[in-house]
Amino acid sequence: MLVQFIQRAMMQGIPLLLGSTGEIITEKAGHLNLGIPGIMYVGSISGVIGSFIYETSVGPQNLNPVLAVLIPLLSSIFGSLVMGLIYCVLTVTLRANQNVTGLALTTFGVGFGNFFGGSLIKLVDSEMPSITLSATSNIFRTTLPFADKLGVIGDLFFSYSFLVYVAIIIALVASWILSRTRIGLHLRAVGENPATADAAGINVNRYKYTATCLGSVIAGLGGLYYVMDYANGIWSNDAFGDRGWLAVAIVIFALWRPHISIIGSFLFGGLFILYNYVSVPGAGIEVQELFKMVPYVVTLIVLIFTSMRDKRENQPPQSLGLSYFREER
Amino acid sequence: MAEVPAIELINITKTFGEVVANKDICLTVNRGEILSILGENGSGKTTLMNMISGIYYPDYGEIKIDGKAVEIRSPKDAFKHKIGMIHQHFKLVDVFSAAENIVLGLKEEGRFSLAKSITKIEAIASLYGFEIDPKKKIYDMSVSEKQAVEIIKVLYRGADILILDEPTAVLTPQETQRLFSILRRMKKDGKAIIIITHKLHEVVAISDRVSVLRKGEYVGTLKTKETNELELTEMMVGKKVDLNIERKEPVNTKDRLIVAGLRYKNREGVKVLRNVSFTAKAGEILGIAGIAGSGQRELLEAIAGLRRLDSGEIIYNNPKTELQEDLRNKTPMEIRELGVRLSFVPEDRLGMGLVGNMDIIDNMMLRSYRKGKSAFLERKAPKDLAEQIIEELEVVTPNASTPVRRLSGGNVQKVLVGREIAASPTVLMAAYPVRGLDINSSYTIYNLLNKQKENGVAVIFVGEDLDVLVELCDRIVVLSSGKVSGIIDGRNTTKEEIGLLMTKEFTEDKKKKKGGTKE
Repeated sequence: MLVQFIQRAMMQGIPLLLGSTGEIITEKAGHLNLGIPGIMYVGSISGVIGSFIYETSVGPQNLNPVLAVLIPLLSSIFGSLVMGLIYCVLTVTLRANQNVTGLALTTFGVGFGNFFGGSLIKLVDSEMPSITLSATSNIFRTTLPFADKLGVIGDLFFSYSFLVYVAIIIALVASWILSRTRIGLHLRAVGENPATADAAGINVNRYKYTATCLGSVIAGLGGLYYVMDYANGIWSNDAFGDRGWLAVAIVIFALWRPHISIIGSFLFGGLFILYNYVSVPGAGIEVQELFKMVPYVVTLIVLIFTSMRDKRENQPPQSLGLSYFREER
Repeated sequence: MAEVPAIELINITKTFGEVVANKDICLTVNRGEILSILGENGSGKTTLMNMISGIYYPDYGEIKIDGKAVEIRSPKDAFKHKIGMIHQHFKLVDVFSAAENIVLGLKEEGRFSLAKSITKIEAIASLYGFEIDPKKKIYDMSVSEKQAVEIIKVLYRGADILILDEPTAVLTPQETQRLFSILRRMKKDGKAIIIITHKLHEVVAISDRVSVLRKGEYVGTLKTKETNELELTEMMVGKKVDLNIERKEPVNTKDRLIVAGLRYKNREGVKVLRNVSFTAKAGEILGIAGIAGSGQRELLEAIAGLRRLDSGEIIYNNPKTELQEDLRNKTPMEIRELGVRLSFVPEDRLGMGLVGNMDIIDNMMLRSYRKGKSAFLERKAPKDLAEQIIEELEVVTPNASTPVRRLSGGNVQKVLVGREIAASPTVLMAAYPVRGLDINSSYTIYNLLNKQKENGVAVIFVGEDLDVLVELCDRIVVLSSGKVSGIIDGRNTTKEEIGLLMTKEFTEDKKKKKGGTKE
């Protein structure tokens, strides 16, 4: 039971981890991308569209495993990259308000996903309001062959699909780049004080574009993981839920550090599904909703503590949310 | 001397649209020499330096480095020619350490290693006598430490022609001395140094030669040894200026503000004000002297009702009612409603005094928005006031609806002081009102303060230039680590006496704690 809970918590945490890592990279460049929930949604539906086209054209039995992974992966990356580019053009080049742009992108992304999701559901004409891509999902969910033989250790650490390890590696690498390399130093300078970075000869806009687009792609992978692994290849509209916002909340919880975000994501993942494992006698379905609130309450508590401690390193990047214009005094 | 100058400017001209910022300027700087560039606000000093450092490109003229003509089209080009500029406003990332700021943007060979850079930084620091901890974060640093980081940043990149834009504007006398000794060491090391300033006694103290600009035009270059402050002022302003500040005998002095036993602890628990007592009298200027961060800011903010004190009282003698009011622990609004008028010119003029994005009229309205009877804002009076200030104080601005942040430092200051004085206060507190201003603007402000004094206002003036404090103030309160270390008569005191009092508590504390004091 406990092992199963931890497993589920980790799987629940992966989309959050990818989303929050993407958002951290973006925010370190000084851009508060509230479009992340929408971008994850688009990343998800783009993967579904890609795999749907592939699966229906060759038939579920004749899938080439490499292509079955690559096609959804690339379509997902393409989808979220386009979303990231839209955000960049608006906020970096045209210096639009980041909050408004981000919220608009989220609304757009969810609508985009539901539109194509709904269209595909209509195409297959199924009984249920969902699309099932179990063949592709099975390939995505291939685990390490020796995991079963290692007992509890195997269950806890090796029983996952490749995207789980990819997510953790991305977070660790992002953390290392941000804190230990010259590129990371420059990126942080851009987010803290773009004028200073500019004067030091750093190409501010290039860093902003790269970080934001890369962040979007990473977040989009979270959406892909959700539908292909977690949901066993079943797409139904709005099933993705609040995960995007939870990812944004984890950024604050992790104090803008991707490696803390790993712990944060698994913790939040656990809190997110806690209601399935804790039964309160005599409580109805409404108590579930209270349990689902817990992650947000935790975020609030973290915010209170970091604000009280007032340590400068734990604060958001200084020019987060502000657009940079060289000629402005 | 047949020496080839490190940098030579020949007939440099730069125009912005219709405005001629620099016209036919010729300068030379040799290695191992410090050249001062003297000029009033708007005389084109910074524009000229920006052309050397690659921010602007001249319309006509030639720049020669070591005798060879060069083109400097970007800051990168300037860096290639080993030119480094230290800007007046520091360009540093707050949450980074000194070392991280210094290496920012560099593409050094090999793997990224801060440890290696720190060794190099320490070598530079010990060569020229900087006191700096490369691992210290910028937000923990004092202004002079930040400046040291900026200078090291330029040296780290191998610069041997250094341009400093108003480096002493934010430093205390002691910090200025330290900077000057560093500059002298660089000079000995064969670096060419250009220092922009409008403080005459600093020009005389540090430079070998002085070049004077006036309204974008080159007036001439003099050897510092062969000139004096009066001659330089004349060259700079174009007419004779009386450098003495008029100080009339105070008449009809009355106790206006009695401050007794103020104690204040800040959020970190540091005792910023420790038993501060003094009396400000109507019709006199009370100076407040002290090293930066000795509690001046907190003291003024406490009187203005912006800080909650731990103990003490601030008694205000209301001239209308002849009653005594206790200002302590009242909000600024309550203080106004009592009829107590405190006009406050904060240190950080754009941060607390004015709203940068709003125009002059709107900034006037910040003080008057509660006036008027209708539900709509009254715009006529603030507009008249704005125009009056622009005319009387000679504020250089296209018109009254220009956002304040577009104005130069001196003009922003004039707008702020003008607004505060227009409220016809009974107590006027001014913190560093002439910081960063040129001679003419400074004297305009001094005259304004003097006029207020004659009108029977109790003026409290926090200043950093001890020469001015001694000349302007009737009495001077000296703060040292939050304590009053002396109240002296401005008429018979010297700079040295004040300087000694300023560091009194500091040295005593050091003796007690050995490790120095925490600011």
